[in-house]
Amino acid sequence: MIAFAIRRIFQSIIVLLVVGLVAFAMFNFVGDPVDSMLGQERTDADVERVRTQLGLDKPFPVQYYRFLEGAIQGNFGISYRQGRPVSEMIAERLPATLELAFVSAFLAIIFGVTLGIFTAIYKKGWAANIIMTLSLIGVSLPTFLIGILLIYLFAVELSWLPSFGRGEVVDLGWWRTGFLTKSGLLAIILPAITLGLYQMTLIMRLVRSEMLEVLRQDYIRFARARGLKDRSIYFRHALKNTLVPVITVTGMQLGSIIAFAIITETVFQWPGVGLLFINSIRFVDIPVMAAYLMLISLMFVTINFIVDMLYFAIDPRVRLEKRGDEK
Amino acid sequence: MFTKIIENFQRARNSDFLYSFTKSPVAIISFFISLALILGAIFAPFIAPHDPFNPATLNLMNGFSAPMQPNEFTGEIFWLGTDDQGRDVFSTILFGMRISLFVGFAAVAFAMVLGVTLGLIAGYVGGWIDAAIMRIADVQLTFPGILVAMLIFGIVKGFTPIEQRDEMAIWVLIIAIGLSEWVQFARVVRGATLVEKNKEYVQAARLNGRSSTGIMLSHILPNVLGPVLVIATISLALAIIAEATLSFLGVGAPPTQPSLGTLIRIGQGFLFSGEWWIILFPALTLLMLALSVNLLGDWLRDVLNPKLR
Repeated sequence: MIAFAIRRIFQSIIVLLVVGLVAFAMFNFVGDPVDSMLGQERTDADVERVRTQLGLDKPFPVQYYRFLEGAIQGNFGISYRQGRPVSEMIAERLPATLELAFVSAFLAIIFGVTLGIFTAIYKKGWAANIIMTLSLIGVSLPTFLIGILLIYLFAVELSWLPSFGRGEVVDLGWWRTGFLTKSGLLAIILPAITLGLYQMTLIMRLVRSEMLEVLRQDYIRFARARGLKDRSIYFRHALKNTLVPVITVTGMQLGSIIAFAIITETVFQWPGVGLLFINSIRFVDIPVMAAYLMLISLMFVTINFIVDMLYFAIDPRVRLEKRGDEK
Repeated sequence: MFTKIIENFQRARNSDFLYSFTKSPVAIISFFISLALILGAIFAPFIAPHDPFNPATLNLMNGFSAPMQPNEFTGEIFWLGTDDQGRDVFSTILFGMRISLFVGFAAVAFAMVLGVTLGLIAGYVGGWIDAAIMRIADVQLTFPGILVAMLIFGIVKGFTPIEQRDEMAIWVLIIAIGLSEWVQFARVVRGATLVEKNKEYVQAARLNGRSSTGIMLSHILPNVLGPVLVIATISLALAIIAEATLSFLGVGAPPTQPSLGTLIRIGQGFLFSGEWWIILFPALTLLMLALSVNLLGDWLRDVLNPKLR
């Protein structure tokens, strides 16, 4: 277990170092930040001042060292476009993205597991068929079209829900939350559904196929023979054994929820880090791009590591296989 | 010569491939829908009733005409309506599809050439080259493709001079989407190469003194093409959606060369004022295109390689 964990941590650090190198290369070789900050009307003195301010007059190794040092402390320099520290910009927008991701993941898991069990139990019923067909369409629709469709239905036609923004937020000092106001709660519904729909269909299909697999096994037949109630068989005997793959896939999907939040945030003008990232690409704002890249790789690497460890802890078969590998 | 053509024709007519095609309604429908859309895109300049990019032919009075209804000022009828500047939506869709499909095909071709080359080298040469290539592939696979494409788009855009950014955007898109999709090709080709390289015919070729490059290209490559074709079709659907998503987010095709994604982005602005046709028809076209190519890819996978199912 420990050897496996150490090896995985080592691999994660290598991934992060590679990403860090890419981020640093972006700083050094992409465009001229002085151009993008000052525009066309400028004096030579302005150029000199900005170059010193950004540390661009130092030699390459010094810049690299400074970058690494800064990155470890969460300091990614100053945004070319807004002239503010990038860490500050990300910190004030991170709560919005995390709240959105959390609500979507929650919806995806609750509805995904429930519908998965339902379609597995009533696999020949008309309701299950409709759900499965809808899920196929849901998977093939691009995320942004789902968002636009929801906006059209619930914001334009029915005008039940807001179509953009976060509503009113409450400032808790270091975290601005939308969970405490009515408009904040209403505003999160549509973006969260848009973002969670794909993951929901994925979890649903997984739970369904795992359930069908388990329900065929002998111990389920024995449980029936013993005269246990259906509910007890489905939930206590069958569902429990489907959970291992569901946990791993859900864990892996957490990372993609945060990445796909970029699209949802743009559709709904949700003021999170994804929207910040898209705007930084549009205006080639390198420090913001680099910081986002580092942040999201850290998240991905951490999530993957935790999922691997969970997998290792939950499923004894993985442990045996790994030992087999090592020999 | 003629007999050879006839012979090939006979072989094609009796093949399993054609047989399973005629037995699958889904495949037939998606094939003809994709074909119609692709032909529409290729011949857009001849089919389109209006030229949406020539300001001289535009009449602002035609703006916001509803589909199939005569315009209230000019009395002209547009099948799918017009946008705010009087551009015919049907024509902009045809031209938009041209860009979407061009980016899709070019990106997949780029990803295919890169992935197949790297996969062949990794599988045939082995050693640290194999380890390095596959390590990069693994790292890239940890991240969703669309995120990789966005990042590469941003980086490459940074390298292009500011004046040329709009003109170059299409090519930047192709590079970004291509680089985000090479991994699948490389992995499959590497796996197949590992199997093929130990077979007798490869050993015979080696004994004959053929060079490694020759063996890779003329002996191994033809034998791994089946799965490559399947991945290429599925990648095409992914690339079309990726292109539309990036353009929709404003980091893809510029408004001067609108793709389907750009058209949807423009149309979103009119959603609240009731001009639904400006967004609905490009969105439907994108859906039909992506769905039909995707279904075709699924069918191809089942036919060419039942093991992959």
